[in-house]
Amino acid sequence: MSGPNKNYDPVEVAALDPAVIEQDLTAALAAIAAASSLEELKSVRIAHAGERSPLALANREIGALPPSAKAEAGKRVGQARAAVTQALKGRQAQLEVERDERILVEEALDLTAVPGRRPLGRRHPVPLTAERMADVMVGMGWEIAEGPGVEAEWFNFDALNFDTDHPARQMQDTFFVDPADAGLVLRTHTSPVQARSLLERGAPLYVAVPGKTFRTDELDATHTPVFHQMEGLAVDEGLTMAHLKGTLDRLAYGLFGEGITSRLRPAYFPFTEPSAEMDLVCFVCRGEPAATPCRTCGGTGWIEWGGCGMVNHNVLRATGIDPERYQGFAFGMGVERSVMFRNGVADMRELIEGDVRFNAQFGMEI
Amino acid sequence: MRVPVEWLGEYVALPEDVTGERIAADLVRVGLEEEALHGSEVTGPLVVGRVLELTKEPQRNGKTISWCRVDVGAANGTGEPQGIVCGAHNFVEGDLVAVILPGGVLPGGFEISARKTYGHVSAGMICSSRELGLGDDHEGIIVLTEHLGEQAVHLEPGQDLIGVLGLDREVVEVNVTPDRGYCFSLRGIAREYSHSTGAAFTDPADLPVPPATTGGYAVRLADESPLSGVEGCDRYVARVVQGLDLSRLTPRWMSTRLLEAGMRPISLAVDVTNYVMLALGQPLHAFDLARLSGPVVVRRARPAETLRTLDDVTRTLDAEDLLVTDGGSDTVLALAGVMGGESSEVSAGTTDVLVESAHFDARTVARTSRRHRLSTEASKRFERGVDPDVTAVAAQLAVDLLVEIGGGTADPEVTDVDHRVARAPVVFDLDLPARYVGVDYTHERVREVLTEIGCSLTDQDASDRVSVLPPSWRPDLTDGPTLVEEVARIDGYDRIPSVVPSPTGGRGLTHAQRLRRVVASVLAGQGLSEVLTYPFVGQDRFDELGLPLDDERRRALALANPLSDEAPLMRTELLQTLPEALRRNVSRGTRDVAVFEIDTVTRPVDDRAAPVPGVGARPDDATLATIRSAVPHQPWHLALVAAGESDRSGWWGAGRAADAADVVAWARSVAEAAGVPVRAVPAERAPWHPGRCVALRVVTPDGEDGLLGHAGELHPKVAQRLGLPERTVAAELDLDVLVTASDRRVQASPISTHPAATSDVALTVPRSVHHSTVESALLEGAGELLESILLFDVYRGDQIEEHEKSLAFRLTFRAHDRTLRTEEVNAARDAAIARAAALTGAVQRGA
Ligand SMILES: [Zn+2]
Repeated sequence: MSGPNKNYDPVEVAALDPAVIEQDLTAALAAIAAASSLEELKSVRIAHAGERSPLALANREIGALPPSAKAEAGKRVGQARAAVTQALKGRQAQLEVERDERILVEEALDLTAVPGRRPLGRRHPVPLTAERMADVMVGMGWEIAEGPGVEAEWFNFDALNFDTDHPARQMQDTFFVDPADAGLVLRTHTSPVQARSLLERGAPLYVAVPGKTFRTDELDATHTPVFHQMEGLAVDEGLTMAHLKGTLDRLAYGLFGEGITSRLRPAYFPFTEPSAEMDLVCFVCRGEPAATPCRTCGGTGWIEWGGCGMVNHNVLRATGIDPERYQGFAFGMGVERSVMFRNGVADMRELIEGDVRFNAQFGMEI
Repeated sequence: MRVPVEWLGEYVALPEDVTGERIAADLVRVGLEEEALHGSEVTGPLVVGRVLELTKEPQRNGKTISWCRVDVGAANGTGEPQGIVCGAHNFVEGDLVAVILPGGVLPGGFEISARKTYGHVSAGMICSSRELGLGDDHEGIIVLTEHLGEQAVHLEPGQDLIGVLGLDREVVEVNVTPDRGYCFSLRGIAREYSHSTGAAFTDPADLPVPPATTGGYAVRLADESPLSGVEGCDRYVARVVQGLDLSRLTPRWMSTRLLEAGMRPISLAVDVTNYVMLALGQPLHAFDLARLSGPVVVRRARPAETLRTLDDVTRTLDAEDLLVTDGGSDTVLALAGVMGGESSEVSAGTTDVLVESAHFDARTVARTSRRHRLSTEASKRFERGVDPDVTAVAAQLAVDLLVEIGGGTADPEVTDVDHRVARAPVVFDLDLPARYVGVDYTHERVREVLTEIGCSLTDQDASDRVSVLPPSWRPDLTDGPTLVEEVARIDGYDRIPSVVPSPTGGRGLTHAQRLRRVVASVLAGQGLSEVLTYPFVGQDRFDELGLPLDDERRRALALANPLSDEAPLMRTELLQTLPEALRRNVSRGTRDVAVFEIDTVTRPVDDRAAPVPGVGARPDDATLATIRSAVPHQPWHLALVAAGESDRSGWWGAGRAADAADVVAWARSVAEAAGVPVRAVPAERAPWHPGRCVALRVVTPDGEDGLLGHAGELHPKVAQRLGLPERTVAAELDLDVLVTASDRRVQASPISTHPAATSDVALTVPRSVHHSTVESALLEGAGELLESILLFDVYRGDQIEEHEKSLAFRLTFRAHDRTLRTEEVNAARDAAIARAAALTGAVQRGA
């Protein structure tokens, strides 16, 4: 505290004594350094840099000094206060960093075991595979057609050159709609969409048809009464069996990848002539002979994928296409079978039962 | 078709070291797919044994066993006689028998070891035919001298019997496609094997046949109603063999071949006819001559005629059935080409037989076989086409065998009524195979292949055209493509190159196809798993779902031949079958489960029949239209079902059970994904809870209000009846409606960058007023400054009247061109409240 200017010797003003200022400064710096939290630093700031702090009080005394002493004392006090402000600023920044770091540490969560809180569902591998097959066909410039599962007998059989009395028609294990003369069946293959597409769109035509099909088989490890096929039909000028083979090879490549080649062997279907069964090289043994026969292919090195051939003239005639001008090929394969090959599904029933744990093995893209 | 390799070797030259596997691979190349390989299942020491001592030992159980000491030479390693217990009694000391020693295996994986039985150690087994898988035609064990005849003379004890008894023989079973009837014969298979490998083929039909005479047994072909203009029988050969002893045993070589080919030996006459059928593909029938009284007449059935067939069934015949009849007594002898009757059956006492070898029309036989549900070895062949040129040869082969084995005398008279129509040649372009297959076959190669398969080629004027007369056994070769297939398959399908065609390019997936994929992904992304269920249901299910009796969804399409009588109908909604998948998951321990299915459902049209106008020609437009319109409406649907938690509980806190609001939100998300606004209105509809169900409606592009479907919680009784967890929620949507409503191109509006102003409004309304009603009223009253509206709280309780509820809405306002002033916002808000008050009686709380 200073009194009025009775005593006129500046040296006599204790607060401005260099030693005292030095002492104040040292005390302030020590307190600043010792502040261990932002709260403490706040108190230190009030004590050593506040209005009632020794240095602030000393500063006030300067005005009472004779002009000759003012400059020096002002400089001394100013430097000391600047040093304190500087130290406060530094300590403040330091403590803020420390606080921020501490908060981050305190807020840490263990996120190493978070199960799905709204777990993702999954698509079914059969439609996913059918979509993949369709995409390969679309990539080749084909379009995707569809047709009804409950189908007219004429479309399912006659339009495809299955004569009423031909054994092939009896071999289809057909579900018939009641009454028997309704002329309706559950389609036994996706092939009726061939006839529908040709009638509706005419030639040239490149369509693939994924869809649900039905046969009167009981469900077991390799059969199901309700299954899916992927059909392909191309009708254009100059198409040959070589184009059929090329298309199948591309589809096999798109679905199964490198090194899975196809082979054709003679077969019979009423709606194609010439006809062929298409086999794929066995996924497991790749056709390499082994000591014990491969269980997947029975040691033949090939597994059956589907049927195919050149579109029978009677199919073209039944759909109003001129067989002298247009030639075409068609093929069809089982989607479930493709999934079983591709994803190693051993039992058909797993594809049928709808157990969500089965789906969960697959991602959303297959 | 089962092909005994030994038999095949008689008609085509097989390599010395041929295996069944090799033959199967060679046959596959020409289109005969391997079904199975059959070999004997007998392995290990099976040797000749001589019975040295035989002691009959009666047992307490009343049986008598034979305790035998059998000389098996050095085969048992010691040369000492082998002690064996045997239950059979058809042999004596000194007989040569077949002994399987310990270490051997009999069919069925039955391993032989020394074992204690009836007080002896029996070290092996004396085998019967049945035990060796050689047939069960004989009681007791095999006595080799009887079984092998002269062949047994040189046998020595200890000698290996596997080869002697033919147990090293193999049978290749192939699948014969319906166009290749001729491959239901060894003759046909041998020819195909020759085509595949080039091995020399010896045609078993290359047999001297005496010319037809006029004095033979009278046969009249009297088909007055041919089907499709084709005579039911165009050739009938009748031969008589007299003085037969049909009690004689069928020789072992023949019965072995029959067994290997899958036919049981029955009696000499039947075995001979079966043998010839297997050899040449021509079904034969043997009648007891003594039971015939007049000429054989082949005609169609008359009304009410019946026939008791050999399978002991009395059949009422149809006017389309072709019959073989006795013209003397006017009785029916056989369903032509299908099965004979009992009245003229050959028996052991028969001495004179009439051998029928006839060619029946494929269509006639097929229909009769189908009509009477009677598929036989004969009908199977006739349906697929039998070589009409082999008729007389087959009869001759049967006569020769009957004479040789049955000791009969062949009647020199030969009846051969022959109405065969000349086969039509095919005019064939020699360039067609190359154009069709994409392989550069030369004309020479094409000619060569066609000749090889038995065609006769006659040159036409133009150099690249020939007239091709297919062989008699190939009725399937009727046009260019069928001949192309022959060229391609004989030349080898493996020569066909791989060429990818290049269409002009498509338009990609359709809107509907893409949308269905999006819907599936959107649902899977929200926790629902896609499943596929069978579409078959029964009426019971409609009851369980609580559908009213007059509900249109009960009108389901019925199957004539369902897999199960419990489920003969096609589902009319997916929710009729989808809950089963949920239930299965729950029963397997997955308690929190949400599943969906996307598929078509079947809505029958009025009882309209679809005409079936036949093959090979385009029906006229009217017929096509009738066919199309008779096909039921089959819209694409989506159904979803959920139970348990949708938000899982865990270390982060409590979860939340899937509830009715979730299922509505999922259904809405599907519509949103399609870009279609949807409106929910309360609905009462089975199978939902009457107070927890909404109908979802969309606005279609033509401005119509369309029903998308329903969502909510299942009726508690329905959940109970279906065995589902309580509070199971479900939805069913018509995706076709969504496809239509969303099939438009969105025109984007600019987005305002001016600030938004929000204003919360609390309104009390009677509890009976629906949230959506208040919401629409606010929406309507607020005008175009309103950007969005959200119902964020619903309150019922002490603060308000009991019959009321309080709804809190947050209104967000924004203008396109300016920052809104407070007065503007308040005015819009007040207008919204006023509209709600006017339409719903809403009162602003705290106002
Ligand atoms: Zn393999």
